[in-house]
Amino acid sequence: MTLVLKDVTKRFGQHTAVDHLSLEIPEKEMFGFLGGNGAGKTTTFRMILGLLDITEGDISWNGDTISYNKSHLIGYLPEERGLYPKLKVRDQLIYLGKLRGMTKTEVETELVGWLERFKVPEYIDKKVEELSKGNQQKIQFISAVIHKPKLLILDEPFSGLDPINVEMLKEAVVDLKEQGTSIVFSSHRMEHVEELCEHVCILHKGNQVVQGSLREIKRSFGKKNLIVHADIPLDFLKDQPGVIMYKALTEGCELQIENEEVSQAIFAALQGKGFIRKFDLEEPSLNDIFIEKVGASYE
Amino acid sequence: MNKFWIILSHTYMMRFKTKSFMISTIVTLLFVIGATNFQTIMESFAGDSTDKIAVIDESGELFAPLKEGLESTNDEMELVAYDGSEADAKDAVQAEDYEALITLTLNDDGLPEASYYAKTIAEAGEQTAIQQQLQQLKVAVATQQAGIDQAKLAEIYAPVTFNAIALDKSAKTGEELSRARGIVYAMLFLLYITVLVYGQMIAQDVATEKSSRVMEILISSVSPVTQMFAKIFGIALLGLTQIVLIIGVAYAMISVNQDELTGGVFSYFGIEGASPSLFIYAIVFFMLGYLLYATLAAMLGSLVSRIEDVQQLMMPMMFLIVAAFLIAMYGLNVPDASFVTISSYIPFFSPMLMFLRVGMLDVPVWEVALSLGILIGTIIIFAIIGARVYKGGVLMYGKSNSLKDFKKAMQLSKKD
Repeated sequence: MTLVLKDVTKRFGQHTAVDHLSLEIPEKEMFGFLGGNGAGKTTTFRMILGLLDITEGDISWNGDTISYNKSHLIGYLPEERGLYPKLKVRDQLIYLGKLRGMTKTEVETELVGWLERFKVPEYIDKKVEELSKGNQQKIQFISAVIHKPKLLILDEPFSGLDPINVEMLKEAVVDLKEQGTSIVFSSHRMEHVEELCEHVCILHKGNQVVQGSLREIKRSFGKKNLIVHADIPLDFLKDQPGVIMYKALTEGCELQIENEEVSQAIFAALQGKGFIRKFDLEEPSLNDIFIEKVGASYE
Repeated sequence: MNKFWIILSHTYMMRFKTKSFMISTIVTLLFVIGATNFQTIMESFAGDSTDKIAVIDESGELFAPLKEGLESTNDEMELVAYDGSEADAKDAVQAEDYEALITLTLNDDGLPEASYYAKTIAEAGEQTAIQQQLQQLKVAVATQQAGIDQAKLAEIYAPVTFNAIALDKSAKTGEELSRARGIVYAMLFLLYITVLVYGQMIAQDVATEKSSRVMEILISSVSPVTQMFAKIFGIALLGLTQIVLIIGVAYAMISVNQDELTGGVFSYFGIEGASPSLFIYAIVFFMLGYLLYATLAAMLGSLVSRIEDVQQLMMPMMFLIVAAFLIAMYGLNVPDASFVTISSYIPFFSPMLMFLRVGMLDVPVWEVALSLGILIGTIIIFAIIGARVYKGGVLMYGKSNSLKDFKKAMQLSKKD
């Protein structure tokens, strides 16, 4: 069940929110959407779900367009949390579950399981407005996955959660992926995307800046990070050829270098200068790539 | 289960279970029970004590006929001849031995005159009754003095014979008209209340879903059109429950008190004996009227992002229904006025006014058909626009500014 976006464009009047976006999201994979505020992530999700009509282009899932008769196969966690504040968790989930094609008893069994997994079984008969924001988020998440969707769209799933709950939700997401759900999710948090996704896409002002498998992106990025910890002054490394960026750390410095070879030269330059505690060549982080790619288009 | 029914039953049950619904229904039912038992309740309060009124008759001939006349028409007053002086009698009134004191005299022309003394003269009922009797007495005395025969007098006072007969064969007879007026009145009132109460409910419900942002999840699983109509019919069903309950209780109460009420309120509404076609028209126009306003309400509800803004945006709709109701109230007396005729084709007014005309006048079928056609056409157009605004509106948040929002919502639901 591959989700394919072909040359998708969305215009609101004069404003172009998404500009010729082409993607392929393979089955049983987790696909990460990155982008600053207003990059067009939510608009893209809404187009995938059919909430917004596409101006140009085409979205297909397994060769078919997505319509309401497939809604039982799709799960959606919107960016803005939406639940009935006055409704009890149980009634809420029964209603939303039924709308996704479940029966009342199915919902109840699944719901109890999920609440136990999230360690909040006592909330089943509480009104949503009585729960904390983080716990509301758990309920929201359950409402998106309770019907075991084949395609799950998570718009900022981890925002507003403490680290323990983030881990809990992450595990749940990974489990779902392993059970065969294709997951598309967006985040501002690079480390979440880096940790969970095989494929990513960085959007900036509706344009696709980077797209592909995470490993490929990192490799083709070329630049590396070099961390040096030493007791000697390291300022002189600034002027070494091939050093793009120098950042002083308390225990040494962090360098961004053009390619692997530069590290060899630096290693040689450090020889005999004193005691080096750490010399570490790293792949660039998604954060670096994001800042570089998105930052560049700001200029 | 079909998603339409899931939403419909959810809408219905959620509203049905609320305290406000229970309370308003119970209060209305109590009111209905009170109103239908009005006579019984009033009588039990009135009791059967009679007010004694002291009379000092200086003429010596007025007391007997006055007492006879008054007590034959009014069994709550008793006239008692007082033997003492006027001052004593006034003291007796002050001491509440008597309700009031009347002194009767004849003036220079030999006609009766009276003075009425009571602790307070705020209660006009007794005074008026006595005054009327005295007036009759005066007329009798005066005509006797003028030498007019009493039989002649009765003839003079008899009401004139006046028959209103419509020459057009198909025109409604007076009896039919008064029956129709009852049904028209009932239907107008019901539609008015329904649109006000349940239209508000629909807008409120939509706005709640929108402001809590649960809407985005809903429209990702069900199409906005299905959702909108499921909501409209869910609330309609709720309204039906309430109305059936109220009318049922009212009917049961009326059946119990049948003898007391016939000839009273009941015959004015002339529920019995009206033609069945009028009932069918009532139901058709009522349903279409509800549908039109409900669609409008759902559309307006989807435009606001905060519940507090609902009221403000509903105002124009409220004005429309109030205007329709006022024109209809006026039209009850002059159903053939030209602006009533014109209004009966304007979709917002037609459910009330065309029904009024059908009930009160002999309207050609094509006119009714035209009005219905315009009404149904408008509902369809509203449903289409409403569904689009609904789809766009529910994704749109921010400050409400009705007209601009409307345009924005339309644009959001468009392709570009």
